[in-house]
Amino acid sequence: MHETDMTKALILTVKDWWETQPDRPQISQVYLTVGQFTCVEPVSLQFAFEVQTRNTFLAGAELVIQETPLIAFCHQCQQDYRPEIGIQYACPDCRSPMEDIRSGRELKIERIAYATEEASISQ
Amino acid sequence: MHQTFDAALGINLLHANQAGADHNRAHFDQWGITCLNLMSSPGAGKTALLEKTLAALNQEIKIAVIEGDMTTELDADRLRQYNVPVIAINTGRSCHLDSKMVAGGMHRLAHDYDPTEFDLVLVENVGNLVCPAEFEVGEHAKVALLSVTEGEDKPLKYPVMFQEADCLLITKTDLAPYVDVDLEQIVANVRQMNPDCVIIPVSAKTGEGLATWFAWLRSYLEQTKAVDRPLSTVH
Repeated sequence: MHETDMTKALILTVKDWWETQPDRPQISQVYLTVGQFTCVEPVSLQFAFEVQTRNTFLAGAELVIQETPLIAFCHQCQQDYRPEIGIQYACPDCRSPMEDIRSGRELKIERIAYATEEASISQ
Repeated sequence: MHQTFDAALGINLLHANQAGADHNRAHFDQWGITCLNLMSSPGAGKTALLEKTLAALNQEIKIAVIEGDMTTELDADRLRQYNVPVIAINTGRSCHLDSKMVAGGMHRLAHDYDPTEFDLVLVENVGNLVCPAEFEVGEHAKVALLSVTEGEDKPLKYPVMFQEADCLLITKTDLAPYVDVDLEQIVANVRQMNPDCVIIPVSAKTGEGLATWFAWLRSYLEQTKAVDRPLSTVH
């Protein structure tokens, strides 16, 4: 199951960031953008994330996934179109190949939400 | 008291892998090596193609192989007969090579040999049409293989692999008459998402198309050598 490896890669990337933080904050959410034209299945990613983060610095953190559709731009027709994954990738109007992908290849960690211990303000 | 913060990262999920791939490529560049990543489903004929390639070009081009296999060294042993360094990487349960595994292989090559002696490193990825497409290992180009027995629809079903490929070898063409496959349809399906990829039908068994593949390899090596490689400092 390749989402296990994707998750491993994701955790490593988040860890790189976390280790640069002086106070090693508790991460509550990790926000991802996952394009439909990638090799990642969001449901499997959620599952793998839950399992692999147990007893780690990411324990209890929620993975929030925003999916983006596959959108390509046809230079011939000068317009966007939505290729049908698994069926048809060329432009439906002029049959030009899908060359310019405008959306759908994202595999991005958008942001991380975290809580930090703050000293109470003295009166 | 607890306060919630937000850090905008905007970095690729595979950032750590990508950084490793860039590191590997910088090493290859420094040593004057061109690296190709061979990918296909299991049994498409990557090892057979490598055997023919090593047998034909070993005198002319200095080649090393980094061989990814889930649990065995069977493929590596097949290739060692051709007297080239074959570094086997057992990926365990992982279904693809990542840049860290290839870094291990690359450093072993540099430890056991003088890496500047090599022109070409061929990385044979784990048989899988899905994940290897997303995990760069430090290659200069991606070579995908699709055997005629897999059917015309595979490029449509596994589009990322075929969209990323710089060169596609349609393998086992000797079997085409027996499996009712339409080669033109395979090409048309690939062209829907990758108009620039070089497509070469080959048969390791009859030798059909191998001369064209070797010619592509030679010209690709010339092309990458001609490019001014960055003299980056790598560790």
